[in-house]
Amino acid sequence: MPGKLKARIVAGRHLPVMDRASDLTDAFVEVKFGNTTFKTDVCPKSLNPQWNSEWFKFEVDDEDLQDEPLQVTVLDHDTYSANDAIGKVYIDIDPLLCSEAASVISGWFPIYDTIHGIRGEINVLVKVELFNDLNRFRQSSCGVKFFCTTSIPRCYRAAMVHGFVEELVVNEDPEYQWIDRIRTPRASNEARQRLISLMSGELQRKIGLKVLEMGGNAVVGYLQCFDLEGESGLVVRAIGTACTLDKLSSGSAPNTNTHMHPNTAPASNACNSPSKDGKEPVFGEDLLSSSGPPTPFRALPTSSSSPPPFSPSKPCSRQSSSSDTDLSLTPKTEKAQPVRRRPGIFLCPSSPTLSTDTLSLPGSGSVGCGHGSAPRATTPPPLSSIRSDSALLRKSVSFTEDLLLAASGMGSGGSAGKEAGPLKTLLRQQTQTALEQRGASSSGLLLNAREFPFFTLTSFPPGFLVHVGGVVSARSVKLLDRIHNPDEPETRDAWWEEIRQEIKSHAKALGCHAVVGYSESTSICEEVCILSASGTAAILNPRYMREGCLDMGITDHRFEEPSPPSCGFCHIPYDELNMPFPAQLTYCYHCRRQKVPDVLFTTIDLPPEAAVTGKGCLIQARLCRLKKKAQGEVNATAISNLLPFMEYELHTQLMNKLKLRSMNALFGLHIQISVGENMLLGLASATGVYLTALPAPGGIQIAGKTPGDLSNEQHILTIQKRINDTIAKNKELYQINPPKLFALDPEVFCGINMELTEEVVGSPIPDPRQRSRLFRSHSESSDEVSELDLSHGKKDAFVLEIDDTDAVEDIHSLLTDAPTPTGFYSCNTEVMPGIYNWTSGVQMFTSVRVLRLSNANLTNQGLNKIFTDLCENLLKSFYFKLRSMIPCCLCRLNFTVAVPEEELIQVAVTAVAMTFDKDQTQEKPAEKAITKGCSETEDQLQFPLELCADASSANNQPSSKISGVPETTNVSSRVSSLDRSSPLPEGRSRSLRSNRSFAGGSVTVVKMTPLSFLPGTRIIKYLGIINMFFIRETSSLREEGGVSGFLHSFIAEVFAMVRAHVAALGGNAVVSYSMKECVFMENPNKNQAQCLINVSGDAVICVRETDQEPIPSMTNIGQTCTSGTDGAT
Amino acid sequence: MAVELDVFVGNTTIMDEEVYQLWLDGYTVNDAVKVRMEGGVMEECEASADVLLSDTMDQYRTFQMCERLLHSPAKLANQLLFQIPPNRQAILIERYYAFDDAFVREVLGKKLSKGTKKDLDDIGAKTGVTLKSCRRQFDNFKRVFKVVEELKGPLVENIRQHFLLSDKLARDYAAIVFFANNRFETGKRKLQYLTFQDFAFCAGQLINNWTVGAVDNMVEDMDVDLDKEFLQELKELKILITDKDLLDQHKSLVCTALRGKTKAFNEMEANFKNLSRGLINIAAKLTNTKDVRDFFIDLVEKFIEPCRSDRWTAADMKLYLTHYTNSAHILDTFKHQVVWDRYMGVIKSCIFKMYHD
Repeated sequence: MPGKLKARIVAGRHLPVMDRASDLTDAFVEVKFGNTTFKTDVCPKSLNPQWNSEWFKFEVDDEDLQDEPLQVTVLDHDTYSANDAIGKVYIDIDPLLCSEAASVISGWFPIYDTIHGIRGEINVLVKVELFNDLNRFRQSSCGVKFFCTTSIPRCYRAAMVHGFVEELVVNEDPEYQWIDRIRTPRASNEARQRLISLMSGELQRKIGLKVLEMGGNAVVGYLQCFDLEGESGLVVRAIGTACTLDKLSSGSAPNTNTHMHPNTAPASNACNSPSKDGKEPVFGEDLLSSSGPPTPFRALPTSSSSPPPFSPSKPCSRQSSSSDTDLSLTPKTEKAQPVRRRPGIFLCPSSPTLSTDTLSLPGSGSVGCGHGSAPRATTPPPLSSIRSDSALLRKSVSFTEDLLLAASGMGSGGSAGKEAGPLKTLLRQQTQTALEQRGASSSGLLLNAREFPFFTLTSFPPGFLVHVGGVVSARSVKLLDRIHNPDEPETRDAWWEEIRQEIKSHAKALGCHAVVGYSESTSICEEVCILSASGTAAILNPRYMREGCLDMGITDHRFEEPSPPSCGFCHIPYDELNMPFPAQLTYCYHCRRQKVPDVLFTTIDLPPEAAVTGKGCLIQARLCRLKKKAQGEVNATAISNLLPFMEYELHTQLMNKLKLRSMNALFGLHIQISVGENMLLGLASATGVYLTALPAPGGIQIAGKTPGDLSNEQHILTIQKRINDTIAKNKELYQINPPKLFALDPEVFCGINMELTEEVVGSPIPDPRQRSRLFRSHSESSDEVSELDLSHGKKDAFVLEIDDTDAVEDIHSLLTDAPTPTGFYSCNTEVMPGIYNWTSGVQMFTSVRVLRLSNANLTNQGLNKIFTDLCENLLKSFYFKLRSMIPCCLCRLNFTVAVPEEELIQVAVTAVAMTFDKDQTQEKPAEKAITKGCSETEDQLQFPLELCADASSANNQPSSKISGVPETTNVSSRVSSLDRSSPLPEGRSRSLRSNRSFAGGSVTVVKMTPLSFLPGTRIIKYLGIINMFFIRETSSLREEGGVSGFLHSFIAEVFAMVRAHVAALGGNAVVSYSMKECVFMENPNKNQAQCLINVSGDAVICVRETDQEPIPSMTNIGQTCTSGTDGAT
Repeated sequence: MAVELDVFVGNTTIMDEEVYQLWLDGYTVNDAVKVRMEGGVMEECEASADVLLSDTMDQYRTFQMCERLLHSPAKLANQLLFQIPPNRQAILIERYYAFDDAFVREVLGKKLSKGTKKDLDDIGAKTGVTLKSCRRQFDNFKRVFKVVEELKGPLVENIRQHFLLSDKLARDYAAIVFFANNRFETGKRKLQYLTFQDFAFCAGQLINNWTVGAVDNMVEDMDVDLDKEFLQELKELKILITDKDLLDQHKSLVCTALRGKTKAFNEMEANFKNLSRGLINIAAKLTNTKDVRDFFIDLVEKFIEPCRSDRWTAADMKLYLTHYTNSAHILDTFKHQVVWDRYMGVIKSCIFKMYHD
């Protein structure tokens, strides 16, 4: 009996009228936890009832405490008929289970009904008394802290990073159970909400257990997702990075946890942590890899006899056993290989090129596509040369896999186990008997972390990230089947395992031992599911790692000479002589000691210490591909065939747009491919920057097919001029003025001034290859243009060939991306490279747009245009709406696309607009300072901020247009007097009340941001994770203002509920907020709509930066404190 | 291809004051977009008509959702759905309850009933205020009326507390409520020259001096209804015109005081008895509800018009009424000084306010 949960129902307010006759309500409350229910008295005839109930006490297992939410139901008492439910509140009590987080939950919660939305509020108090549980077979993991934040949370330091943790649980979706036919929509929605809440709790508990096994105490970068698989069930899965975090005492470490940059947290301290540089025991796969050279896959054609160290997919033997989906995907051909397509891809860190002589055009690629895992290796469409390899590869792989399995013993997932209680049987991932897990997991988990050296973090303490290889990603198309096939309980696990293996092998091929910025996602349409994973191959400093977590064998030499932090991560991790793909290497333009690629793509945030020229900007590639409607395997195969082409095109687009902006690196790259019945949507978003360490990008060259045609040439010249103009304009816009020595403007690069080029490039880098490349580019721009072939074009990625109308369209679309209006910047990373002086204005927003394609006969090109316009228009709308915040930057622009039904395209965006001080945007802390100690550089960026001071600032402000309303103070005092109904005496209320924004107001201002910090504030406490799932349904769509009205109020309600929960925990902000899911379905004919939203984030208490001591060493940089402009309106 | 759904929701609710005003003024979304385009917002930040339309629709939706809360403004402060900074809340409320003087002038003194509501389209056409805006304003009047009708305590203060309005606006609403409750006639042609502000001022005078609350502020309904006892007592003033001696005495006192001080002296002297009869008769009849309604028309007909036709200046008027009031105190047979002051104080300030073109 390790826990006592206590709840008290205090009062309600703003209740709806439930009794038409009296215009009043006889409300009472049911409080339920597990199977125990308590009731309050009925408070008759009141819309603002005061219950002041006793403490309801639940004596429960801590396991249940973790899994179950407290369920508070408000009902209207009816003497003669059944009591009517007014609404519910689910309270996740997890934050109370961790001693460092919240100690009590107390506040007003919106009473939510899935049909009517918010119907009044209820004041609830919840406490937990937890007894120590020394049982070593326990199934609970109370006390493990969870963070959505993908960096080491401020006010903690990472003593150790243990590595990857993952788990998934599966259940039947109540919406698809037979009982759903007879129950009300409300009952069905509530069953679903409750189930998902339960599953999330369980998932978190299980992950927590794994973390404890590993010796950690926290999960950072916790990413939980739902797969609504329809008939086949409901999957809740999560990944994260297990860490051991030490709390920094707030007094001693204001410097380390007040950075403007999220990423620099506990740097120097962590270095002192007991770290082990020793070698970890060598496991099976290492033995294998050491037997042959650490060969990247691309080299396989020549050395295919050596078995690659990691299997890109499951061995055949295992596939046959997990036949449910894999076999069904196998086309009826003589080929023995499964057709489970794995268009996994490195987005090569350089150009999307292949140094291949044989190039199959996308159109002709279908030949190659019939094949196994052909396009796995690199971006472009399947190449004949690879095709043969893949067969070889596959054979060798199956061998490796067996060995690996043997080595891993009990396996990694803990996904065995058959028996359990009635509730638990619902869950696929049954808990094994305690002993089993104890025995297996200590080795199994270690192995898991070792097996997948993945990190969901996107920014790191300085020194953590040594080198970055490039983006690795893998996708797989699966056919969904019922999950409750008793023989195959682990299908979903196996699928992800495959993908992860592939990611790992890609990383290996890039000479990297780890993957950072790792994430997983799915897209489901009917029975087809695309599983995707992506991350950035990297080499990490083993000092921070738990022993055995990384496979260091072959990379040790790279730690010998430490690189300067401002460019070190750009240096190539792979072997120069044995490159995984053809990249043009040059000596680092920063330190000139090591090689860097010409372009770098990553999924992580820009390291704060990185040297950047100018500012960054959001770069998006958008793509639509039509496909035929089909069923089952045919459909899956068609999708598989399309995927590599889409990836390739997205990549080309990204590359071109990058060049057009004269930038050379992408951060925060996220590629989403979404499947619909008759089309696939691809959206790649990233933040482009000019890394000082990397060479200047070349221009974009236009080439025509038919040189004889004069008008055509004229046309080409015009386009070329437009492109050059755009590049020049963009350079100005983003202030990209690299040191003159390295300046390679397009003209120079195109050989107009050959001499200079040679001199410039040649002098710092005595590399003959470089020069030859320049010559070649010269020749391209001259009379040989007509002979360019695709391989040429791709090789340098800046020659665009105009051979048909499509190409013209492409180029036009390239140029039609509207520039951001003056005063605005945008990025999808945490903060904008090049902006360092944020002020207080913060406006988080969510926007959703759904487009109906009326024209049935759309072409790919037409669709592309529509899709591009949709995204562009959304951005334009944001700029317009937020114009009062100028100068401001849209950060963490997170686009999610979906094809909810045929002919519908849905784009959902969540982002935050933050104001900054215009005058100082140019300044970046001098490089010397960076190398000395980047952790200090941000400290002076403290602004007297009004995080919670809208009111005070407002009072000082002359209210703009209305002169007759300097009334705020009066209003507020009156409000407070009206708020007497609040039964909580001020003294007893929580700490947050003391620092809430508005002395007289009754509602705590809760700021929300998708970033890990709020500018100008210091996070002093993390209160726990917020992970909420809501369903809203209506059968009176028109009356609620149509689909827009319906969704608008639902999103507002979700925000309100998040804020209320945070406030009840004592917090005043949510950081790392994200909307994971927004599934919207409508049936206008029936006047119905339904929407599911899942949001998550970290509840925190933050205080204004007030205790600043100006940092003397940094005064020369000219960053002074600036008062916040109240931009958030 | 059509945008099926388009929403934008900020954690802090974004509201554009210009759009809010357009919404309040009853513009349709399309008209509002036109107005905004003409206003030049588009050039300001490189927006297109689509962007403007989308933004306007979003804002309109937000306002519609807020409207429910604006009906009981106290809720706006402790609701959880919209995070609106307090200064914004105040602006929202103040603007929502703001009204067009032209409109309110039309309904002033009318019963706030369904019948009047049906005539709103006529009023809208007459005043150039959109029907939607008329409805909002009318409903606001009605809502405030209903709430304060049943409350104890000072009228203005009640309105301010319950609707979180500024003092000025609360006073205007008090006037509207007071007029509606007493059904003062304001629509006659002769009264057309008076503005709402004129009436509002008079209402303030009446509320502060002639209601029960003016003497005792813990009585129910005290601010909305005139003090019945006082109205009874007003009958006593008749003695000033029925008693011949008193009338003559009063006249001579006033004339002595006025002589040489104004060009209009002759007219004043000639008209004294008429004017005095007019004012006293108004006082004496106020016990009849019907005559209460005609209070303002009587003032104009019986006093203001004769003076105007004699071309009194505003200063003349002031001088005359001051002496007229003060002289009564010197009359030793006149015992109703308190009632007289209470009556004339209001009459004086009302007439000052109403005496203009």
